[in-house]
Amino acid sequence: MREIMALDGNAAVAHAMRQINPDVVAAYPITPQTSTVQTFSEFVANGLVKTEFITVESEHSAMSACIGAAAAGARVMTATSSAGLAFMWEVLYIAASYRLPIVMLDVNRALSGPINIHCDHSDTMGAREAGWIQIFSENAQESYDNFIQAVRIAEHPDVLLPVMVMHDGFITSHAMERVELLSDEEVQSFVGEYKPAMPTLLDVHNPVTYGPLDFYDYYFEHKRQQVEGMAHAQEVILEVAREYEKLSGRRYGLFEAYRLEDAEVAIVVLSSTAGTTKAVVDKLRAQGKKVGLLKPRVFRPFPAKELADALRHLKAVAVMDRSISFGAMHNAGPLYLEVLSAQRIYGGNMPVVDYIFGLGGRDIVPAQIESVYDDLFRILETGQVERLVTYLGVRE
Amino acid sequence: MPKGTGWKDIPIGGLILEAGNSAEYKTGGWRAFRPVRDAEKCIHCLFCWIYCPDSSILVQDEKMVGFDLEHCKGCGVCAQVCPTKCITMTPETEFEKEK
Ligand code: SF4
Ligand code: SF4
Repeated sequence: MREIMALDGNAAVAHAMRQINPDVVAAYPITPQTSTVQTFSEFVANGLVKTEFITVESEHSAMSACIGAAAAGARVMTATSSAGLAFMWEVLYIAASYRLPIVMLDVNRALSGPINIHCDHSDTMGAREAGWIQIFSENAQESYDNFIQAVRIAEHPDVLLPVMVMHDGFITSHAMERVELLSDEEVQSFVGEYKPAMPTLLDVHNPVTYGPLDFYDYYFEHKRQQVEGMAHAQEVILEVAREYEKLSGRRYGLFEAYRLEDAEVAIVVLSSTAGTTKAVVDKLRAQGKKVGLLKPRVFRPFPAKELADALRHLKAVAVMDRSISFGAMHNAGPLYLEVLSAQRIYGGNMPVVDYIFGLGGRDIVPAQIESVYDDLFRILETGQVERLVTYLGVRE
Repeated sequence: MPKGTGWKDIPIGGLILEAGNSAEYKTGGWRAFRPVRDAEKCIHCLFCWIYCPDSSILVQDEKMVGFDLEHCKGCGVCAQVCPTKCITMTPETEFEKEK
């Protein structure tokens, strides 16, 4: 039976995990992810799932146990945040390069130091080259929906890559929202029975070696294969989204365009801040200002062409980054750099500026987002870009 | 470019799908010293067979009969453990000269 529940983001994902009923979950607690696996462990204890829940001594071990279980042929999940993700670093690459379809929730939290438990995107952005598919969620509903879709994306034979799904720490992870759950049966039949695409370690009739030495003679070829998996992912993500829409009525794409079609200026921003920005867009639209929003959902693989096409008609664009790529051009944020590269290749010659915001959980309020739109209109009037990178909400 | 199969034709993820395939990896090319046995002194105790890390001691009818030089990597363990010291580690260059 379908249910509408009041759930925070972490509980919503825990319910998605319960309905998927994975074979193995290995996890280590870390704020603000903890309540996801804590809630899920209650489902395990109450016999609602048949999952083997492995408690480990660190995130490095959590991901290592996930890799072992996935190589053995299990459907595997985990969740982490911040330093936990950083501690998985080495093994994140191994999960991706062994082509194991592990699904992970990363509840976005700043990386230390100074130590901080609140939201920004530096954890995920740091892991953006690890070979994982990365999907950002605006709210609890999206996180629930994305997590279920992630199983199908990861396990698709043309992809076979691990997927991380993100939502914002505390803002989404701990705020209660209305969440529509599919029925357990619907989720079960959507994800289907897991049939590993490759031979697995427990299949004694088809012996296989995972993780052999791979030197200059074959390593390069295996990396080339990984590119192919990533290249197929975009189409698979859209295919899975279409099927999910038929089931749930909720539409997902590579990104969400909000009042963008006839907009003159727009903001590109990930996750919960996109929700706040929608309210600002509505307010400014009511005043007759042609403003829009583009909220990327899929960050890896980055939908460069589609995004450049969607932005092409605009006269000025502001990207808002909740992390810094230290030492990159102008010390800008990673999202900005991706949007610029997309524009360089696929066209669009409007000015694009970057706003670093919300680091370490610093609040971002509608008035600040409004000020970004004001800046964009000023660029239109004067034809001048004063600053490429602005720190929104930092004390001078 | 090194010889080998292209990326489209190898299993993904670095998986090796056949069992027992390590025999295909010819480690003999690593060898700088070749074990040479004085068969007269050999008492066929098979210590070398037990200790050889590359299973490169050839045995027939419980007798030591020689070395698998495609896989022997010249570590010298056999020479070390041989109780009659009948194995001599000989520089590969000496065999190059023979050719
Ligand atoms: S250890 Fe020496 S004596 Fe014993 S079998 Fe080997 S070569 Fe012969
Ligand atoms: S030299 Fe080493 S590898 Fe070669 S036969 Fe002796 S023990 Fe085996």
